[in-house]
Amino acid sequence: MADQVSIQLKKIDAYRWLVPREGGMRTDGMVYADERMMDDIKKDQSLLQVRNVAFLPGIVGYSMAMPDIHWGYGFPIGGVAAFDEGEGVVSPGGVGYDINCGVRLMRSGLERKDIQGQIRDIVDTLLVNIPSGVGSHRKDLKLDKGQQHKVLEKGAQWAVDQGYGLWNDLEHIEEKGRIPNADPDLVSPKALERGRAQLGTLGSGNHFVEVGYVAEIYDEKVAGDLGLAKDQVTIIVHTGSRGLGHQVCDDFIRVMLHAAQKYGIELPDKQLCCAPLASKEGKEYLAAMACAANFAFANRQIITHWVRETFEQVLRMGPSTLRLDLIYDVCHNIAKLEAHTVDGAKRRLCVHRKGATRAFPPHHPDVPADYQETGQPVLIPGDMGRCSYVLVGTQQAYEETFGSTCHGAGRLMSRHQAKKRAMGRSITKELEAKGIYVRAASYATIAEELPEAYKDVSDVVDVVNGAGIGKKVAQLKPLGVIKG
Amino acid sequence: MKHDTMGYAFLDHTGDIGIRVWADDVKGLFEEAARALFDIITDRKKVEIHLSREVAVEGSGREELMVAWLNELLYLHEVEELLFCDFALSEIEGGSVKGVAMGEKFQEGRHLIKTGVKAVTYHQLEVKEKDGRWQARIIFDI
Repeated sequence: MADQVSIQLKKIDAYRWLVPREGGMRTDGMVYADERMMDDIKKDQSLLQVRNVAFLPGIVGYSMAMPDIHWGYGFPIGGVAAFDEGEGVVSPGGVGYDINCGVRLMRSGLERKDIQGQIRDIVDTLLVNIPSGVGSHRKDLKLDKGQQHKVLEKGAQWAVDQGYGLWNDLEHIEEKGRIPNADPDLVSPKALERGRAQLGTLGSGNHFVEVGYVAEIYDEKVAGDLGLAKDQVTIIVHTGSRGLGHQVCDDFIRVMLHAAQKYGIELPDKQLCCAPLASKEGKEYLAAMACAANFAFANRQIITHWVRETFEQVLRMGPSTLRLDLIYDVCHNIAKLEAHTVDGAKRRLCVHRKGATRAFPPHHPDVPADYQETGQPVLIPGDMGRCSYVLVGTQQAYEETFGSTCHGAGRLMSRHQAKKRAMGRSITKELEAKGIYVRAASYATIAEELPEAYKDVSDVVDVVNGAGIGKKVAQLKPLGVIKG
Repeated sequence: MKHDTMGYAFLDHTGDIGIRVWADDVKGLFEEAARALFDIITDRKKVEIHLSREVAVEGSGREELMVAWLNELLYLHEVEELLFCDFALSEIEGGSVKGVAMGEKFQEGRHLIKTGVKAVTYHQLEVKEKDGRWQARIIFDI
């Protein structure tokens, strides 16, 4: 659509492409993709976005993009960029509107055959128990202002305090479900108002709860350590910080537009507006972002509790038989201060992951005690019709991508194209023929989320596995899905 | 509501949805952009006028004002569960926009939600006058 800019690309190996530094770029870009994917990537403006991120002050290492890269706004989706704590910047556009949109994976004590014939019941009951769609929320979850502040400060810990889930769930959430230094006073009344009735709601778009099973195992030892076995039933929850996060982002983009001017930061795209990490604006954004991230952690924790209740209700089994344990919960849209070693020196960096996942290696102190030997679990959901993957973080990812890897399939078609493709077809029936039962609050979403509108997640995962920035452990296939 | 000199078209964007809007004057441009936003969200033909909301936003420059205006409408849609079908701008100055949004409360069954819009972005944002006509390019986060 807009100004086509041709971007230089240098192929490094089967999985790596360098975008050489030119013009206002402060560093090179690095894109992880195979040859075939690169043909598609070149069709939209995502490479231009990789270039633009390299303009930002204080960037350390490459402006990176994972193989699920597609055209976003500001940063590309699949973008990873780290900035020096002293000289670098933080950009709300590098996190996105859906702050801490993320995924969690639960395992179960059930095999696929144990729920045969009951998947419809389970999915229908999930749709009743988990609010999705406009204005839908549970009457039994209402927050006053004081409680809402506690959610923003304490995240998933607040949810567990209130009886949603178990204390040991927290061990298996990135940052233990609570990003420190969250300051609710920096969240605007408008953001609070948008979030008030949205805690414990799925939202629309690509958000979902999916019941599936382990279809394949690539690493028996690691799968065993994660408690995964072939044919075992699994559940994925994908949602974020809802309207509260969207408003925090919008509020701070306005602040950053002025801050960028004030600090003399030249922007190739307004959506990349930012402020120095050391500035008042930068610090305030991180403290408000932490609030939205904690809201998202609490949201996924509450929904997890309702997933467990749904299984108990439908299957008439107790928690000790169902054993719906949380394997892990990862953020997809976040900026975090982390310690990394760059050219032999320890540095504190603000790592932006916009549609990318943290993938820390074995023995990293932030990896839970029971995964110290395996590395941090990484969950890569695919589209509704194909499959999802469980990976673990690697030492190479830690050294090469600031401990980051891909986050999903990545879109291939615009929503408009997808709708055209879906015209005259019943996507739900097509999926049912493949043994996947889908229910949605709005069926228009299903057309936009048409499986072929996405890249094949298997190709994406093969690139990160091949490049060594993630290690393939298991493949999950869907049986039933609720969409927002 | 549309006439020849005013309208919008969708732009193909992989992740999200973009629009190009045109009008004879800047007020018309803001109104038409709002209609486009609610065409993305719902079937606007099914929305009747039962209520109206006064909207006033501030910002520096036309572009910031456009984003603020549309995001304010999204905020009302989300918090009050409102759907709007028409808009009338009463005032637009360098630093502020005032107008009215007309529509009704969302009703399950009668109204359709086609696409949830998360936000109006500044990515490749343009609001400008060219040869006596106004045009805008706006990308939404879906």
